Amino acid sequence: MRSDFLSLRQVDKRFPVEDGELHVLDDISLNIRQGEFISIVGGSGCGKSTLLRLLVGLEQASGGSLQLDGAPIEGTDPERGIVFQDHRLYPWLTVEDNVLLALLNSPLSKAERLQRVHEHLRLVGLEAFARAWPAQLSGGMSQRVAIARGLVNRPKILLLDEPFGALDALTRAQLQEELARIWLAEGITTVLVTHDVDEAVFLGDRVVVMQPRPGKIGRIVEVDLPHPRHRDHPRLHELRSDILRDFARH
Amino acid sequence: MPAQHLKKRFDLRGWVVPLGLLALWWLATAAEWVDTRLVASPVAVAEAAWQAAISGELWQNLAASLQRNLTGFALGASLGLACGCLLGLSRLAERLVGPTFHTLKQIAPFAWIPLLSAWFGFGEAAKVAFISLAVFYPVALNSFEGIRATRRELYEVAQVLGLTSTQRLFKLLLPSAAPAIFAGLHLGLIYAWLTTLGAEYFFSAAPGIGNTMIDGREHFAMDQVIYGLVVVGCVGIVLNHLAGWIEKRALAWREPHHH
Repeated sequence: MRSDFLSLRQVDKRFPVEDGELHVLDDISLNIRQGEFISIVGGSGCGKSTLLRLLVGLEQASGGSLQLDGAPIEGTDPERGIVFQDHRLYPWLTVEDNVLLALLNSPLSKAERLQRVHEHLRLVGLEAFARAWPAQLSGGMSQRVAIARGLVNRPKILLLDEPFGALDALTRAQLQEELARIWLAEGITTVLVTHDVDEAVFLGDRVVVMQPRPGKIGRIVEVDLPHPRHRDHPRLHELRSDILRDFARH
Repeated sequence: MPAQHLKKRFDLRGWVVPLGLLALWWLATAAEWVDTRLVASPVAVAEAAWQAAISGELWQNLAASLQRNLTGFALGASLGLACGCLLGLSRLAERLVGPTFHTLKQIAPFAWIPLLSAWFGFGEAAKVAFISLAVFYPVALNSFEGIRATRRELYEVAQVLGLTSTQRLFKLLLPSAAPAIFAGLHLGLIYAWLTTLGAEYFFSAAPGIGNTMIDGREHFAMDQVIYGLVVVGCVGIVLNHLAGWIEKRALAWREPHHH
């Protein structure tokens, strides 16, 4: 396994604003192993979502370099899947067709595509809802479809931008467990951005703690617990308190 | 289900005013409160309609008006849809054509009549051009605005999934604009029927429902004028319901049943 499967070197991001520029990300350097689950945690304004938009290719870095599997990241590419905070399903497509959308340009045959879609709907527990409209789904179900859509093309990395941020606490906990299970099953390199420290330590192999204005990496915390984890493990509580102390200081 | 009861009751209540007016109309003519040469009685109107129906005159006129109406609608709607989509999709097209388009839309369709008659004469071509002009603007404007209103978030999904521009058009932009496009088509359908009648008034005489009414007015046959009026109203209602029905089917995703 490569230790620099996903590699960020001195990434810098500035946005032009009316009176000058806004410095959003400063000197971000990070190497992510193949198959690793990385959580990026930080308060609002720390640039964590911008970092994810750089990784998916919706924004361009002002400086530094981003590489995936040895190739520079330029623009969007189906080899990088993403799940946004709002599910962003197309309301005029059924659940099945929404997931199928990610395979429109795949070399697979029509039958293979459909089979792949159903495999992934089964993975997120929504096979029975293949013909439903998004408007018929709850927030949690919609987000599961979005996860299926993000995974169906078998991308090299899966990016998650506060995917459970808009869900109620019970649904959120349930989906975190499911995400852990899916990640174990698929072995896909995953980057999760969140403001929920519990979520970050529960899911991540490492937790990148970010600090704001401009956003930079405060420190990286190793979560030395094997998967699958138990949410109530005392070690998770220790790590959580440790990370929260960081935020209290800033 | 209480909601359904309520709906049914309201449906019945809706009949009270029309039936009351019909009764009043009949009473006013039967008791000769009004001059029956100016206001024909409902019975006379029904008779005139019946005569026109069995002689085939009604159907001939109705068919002529509907053909005019639908030809104009089809022409105006397709041009409007094409123009609206072009303006919505291409910033260059918007910059080139947009200002002209937004200026010309201020001109009411009826104001075009002198120019249209100069270009197309007073025959069928002028009528169809007039109708399609009235349909063109609401359809073009709604398609344009519908496409422009596509949510940026959904556009990013298309980017991330690597959709081609054709796929973006058919999977994202057109479906996203569909509610607005249907609203424009619906409006266009209403305008088309309005201007079909207008066209029959303003251009040269030919078979048509509007013409039936003009003839009635000229021969002082108020029963004919009023039955024409009733037919015009009925066609309007039918077209409107048809449009609503198609719209509801096509946009089923907006209000699906909940599981």
